Amino acid sequence: MQSSYYTAILQGSVLTVGVSLCALLVSIVLGLLGAAAKLSGRPVLVSIASSYTTVIRGVPDLVVMLLVFYGGTIGINHLLELSGSKATIDINPFLAGVLTLGFIYGAYMTETFRGAILSIPKGQMEAAWAFGMGRTQTFLRITAPQMVRYALPGFTNNWLVLIKSTALVSLIGLKEMTYLAKQASAATRSPFAFFLFTAGLFLLYTTVSLYALKKLNARYSLGTKRGQLS
Amino acid sequence: MKWHVIFEPQNLELYATGILTTLGLLFSSLGIGAVLALLFALALTGPWAPLRWIVGAYTYVIRGTPLLIQVYMIYYGLGQLEWIQARWDDVWPWTHFKEPFFCALLAFSLNTAGYTAEMLAGAIRETNAGEIEAAQAFGMSRFQVMLRVVLPSAMRRTLPAYSNEVVMMLQSTSLASAVPSMLDVTAAASRIYSDYYLPFEAYIAAAAIYLVASFCLIGVFRLAEKHFLAYLAPRKH
Repeated sequence: MQSSYYTAILQGSVLTVGVSLCALLVSIVLGLLGAAAKLSGRPVLVSIASSYTTVIRGVPDLVVMLLVFYGGTIGINHLLELSGSKATIDINPFLAGVLTLGFIYGAYMTETFRGAILSIPKGQMEAAWAFGMGRTQTFLRITAPQMVRYALPGFTNNWLVLIKSTALVSLIGLKEMTYLAKQASAATRSPFAFFLFTAGLFLLYTTVSLYALKKLNARYSLGTKRGQLS
Repeated sequence: MKWHVIFEPQNLELYATGILTTLGLLFSSLGIGAVLALLFALALTGPWAPLRWIVGAYTYVIRGTPLLIQVYMIYYGLGQLEWIQARWDDVWPWTHFKEPFFCALLAFSLNTAGYTAEMLAGAIRETNAGEIEAAQAFGMSRFQVMLRVVLPSAMRRTLPAYSNEVVMMLQSTSLASAVPSMLDVTAAASRIYSDYYLPFEAYIAAAAIYLVASFCLIGVFRLAEKHFLAYLAPRKH
C-alpha cells in the first residue's frame, strides 16, 4: 500500500517537469524582452526593465507567488463583478505557478541575456549593419547564435534554481511531487522515506539537466580559443 | 485598497514579530553556516581524498534539492526515526527537534553551509600561486600558509559572491512560513490575508519589508567590499 504513494509521487514528477519547462519558456521570452528594453537606451523602457529586475530579485519567490495567486484571484473576480458578470473564477495552480515562476526568473534571465549580448564584440553587429541587415536579421543571424555561448553558464544557474523553486508551487496547491510527498507522509506517518524519495527525484532532474547543458555548452563553444595561463 | 488595516497597531505588531523571527533566523543560520562552510571548504581543498568525496557529495545533494524539501525532511521527517523518537523527550540535544525554530534553523544552516563552502573552496583553489610560493619561501608550514595567507585572501575574494548568498538566504527564510507555528514576515502576511481577506495589502507590505532588508544588506556588503577589497580595486588616479 506504501508503493502506491511512490507511484503517485512518480506521476507527480511529470507535473514538476511540466511546470518547470513552461515557466522556463515564459522566462526566456520575458528575459529577451527585458534585455532588449534595458539595452534599447530609451529612458522609459530602461527604467521599467530596471525596476522589474530590482523588485523581483529583492522579494522572495514565495511572496510573489502568494501575491499573484491569492491577489490575482480576488483581482480577477473583482473585475468580473465590476463588469456585471456573476461568474467567479478560480486561478488554476498550474497556470499561476507557470506565470509566477516565469515572471520571477524572467528577471534573472534579463540580467543573464543582457550580459551575454554585451559580451559579443561590437564589430560583429556593425559588420551585420554594414551588410545592410535589419534589426531582426542581425538579431537572428548574428547576435542570437553567439549570445548562447555567453549566456549558457548564467542560464544553467537560473535553470537549476528554477527547478528547485517548483517545489514552492506545492504551497499554492499544485499536486506535484512535493505536495504528494507531504500528503503521503501525513497519511502513512513515514515522512522521512517519502521526502528522501522526492529529494532523490529532484537530484536526478538537476543532474540530468546539468549534464545536458554541459553538452550544449561544449557544442556552442566549438572553435573558440581559450586563453592558457602557462 | 484598505491600507489602514495594515497600520492598525496589532497588525504592525504582527509584522514586527515577523521581522524579528526572520532576522533572527537569517543571522543565526548565517553564523552557524559560516563556521560549517569554513570547515567544509578546508575539507574540500584538503589533502585527504575520502573527506573530499564525502563533503563534495554533501554539497552536491544540498545544492541539487529544494530547500523546502530539506526543511520538511528535518521538521517532519526526522521525527519518524525511532532513534530520534527514543531520545527527543529527555536527551539533549535531541529535545530541540520538537521545536519548529530549531528545525528551520538547522535546515537553513546546513543549506547555506553547502553553498558557501563551494564558493570558499573555489576561492581557495584560485589563490595566486605566487602568494603561496612566497609564504613557503618564508618557511611557513602548511597550516601557517593557510591561516596567514590563503584564508584571509580567499575570504575577501568570496565577499561579492557571498553577498548574493546572503540576499538569497534572506529570501529563503520565507520558507519558514511553511512550518506551522513559525511566525516570520511571510507567515505574518498570510495571517493578515486570512484574517481580513486582503491579499494585495498583506503581501505587498511583506514584499516591501523584504525589499528594504535586501537593500540594507547589499549596502552593508558594498561598504565591506570597499574596505576589504580596496587593494584589488582599479586605481583611481
